[in-house]
Amino acid sequence: MHLVHPATLAVLLFCVGLYGVLARRNTVLVLMSVELMLAAVSLNLVAFDVWLADELHSGQVFTLFLIALAAAEIGIGLAIVLLVYRRRGTVALDRLRALRDGPGAVAPPDEVHDPDARPAATADAAARGQEATP
Amino acid sequence: MSAGALPALLAAEESGRGVLSPSGVEIVFLLVAVVVLGAAILCVTSRHLVHAALYLVVALGGLAVEYLLLTAEFIAWVQVLIYLGSVVVLLLFGLMLTRAPIGPSPDADSANRPVALVVSLAAAATLVTLVVDAFRTTWIDLDTPHGRSDALGESLFRAWVLPFEALSVLLLAALVGAIVISRARRDDSEEGRG
Repeated sequence: MHLVHPATLAVLLFCVGLYGVLARRNTVLVLMSVELMLAAVSLNLVAFDVWLADELHSGQVFTLFLIALAAAEIGIGLAIVLLVYRRRGTVALDRLRALRDGPGAVAPPDEVHDPDARPAATADAAARGQEATP
Repeated sequence: MSAGALPALLAAEESGRGVLSPSGVEIVFLLVAVVVLGAAILCVTSRHLVHAALYLVVALGGLAVEYLLLTAEFIAWVQVLIYLGSVVVLLLFGLMLTRAPIGPSPDADSANRPVALVVSLAAAATLVTLVVDAFRTTWIDLDTPHGRSDALGESLFRAWVLPFEALSVLLLAALVGAIVISRARRDDSEEGRG
């Protein structure tokens, strides 16, 4: 088989994933596009491993590791997305601008909600990501 | 293409393998590649969020077929088991738990869609030119299978056993981390929104 075929397919799949990461608004859809990019890298690794006929099967073993890492990544990523959804009530990427700097910076709704109701230390902790545990 | 490409291509044609006379495996590979690319493009452009996840299933399943065509059978089945079996189900759970709408959602794409299109098209053009120019006279020998489960398992548990164990520890850490992150804390019910 011509090596150009799998290599070109991997490149195009990677670029489709790149478009998805840049253009999507929902965080779960961005994670799907990241999966597409990882799959493109896996295809590249397998194709080049079969081409070189490596005795240690480096490319295919690395693809196995990559699949396991993708599973771990999607687990952590979805946990973070669910936490963000519980805190902010949205998963739209352009509305999560609590850490934004510059002219477009706005206070996240959690802090403008009722700033006087809690003491300053708690509000400060809330601004840093609400890591304070009771 | 440089001047030296044509004789090399002609020599390849004479030796029975060429771009203009593809083998059966190459034709099947290209057809499945069209399916994979189409499903991937639909996955990143679909306005139905659940449909996007199902198009991802088609794309990753097609990739498993490509692995089979490249004689990497073990990778193909691992891909089916882990990607199609668990990752997509996790993504569907994520869509469900963030209350994704069932119908079409008009705000699935953000405002920087033209910029994303330009960036990805430029990257695709650059990389395709580079890859085609670099590997135009390179051929994969598929007559001897190079991904059988016994050979792969042997090298995995002989040469790669230390990275394998490190990866298992990493997976455990990731799992514990995901549980810790998604565990409902007490202040969630007071300050959270639902």
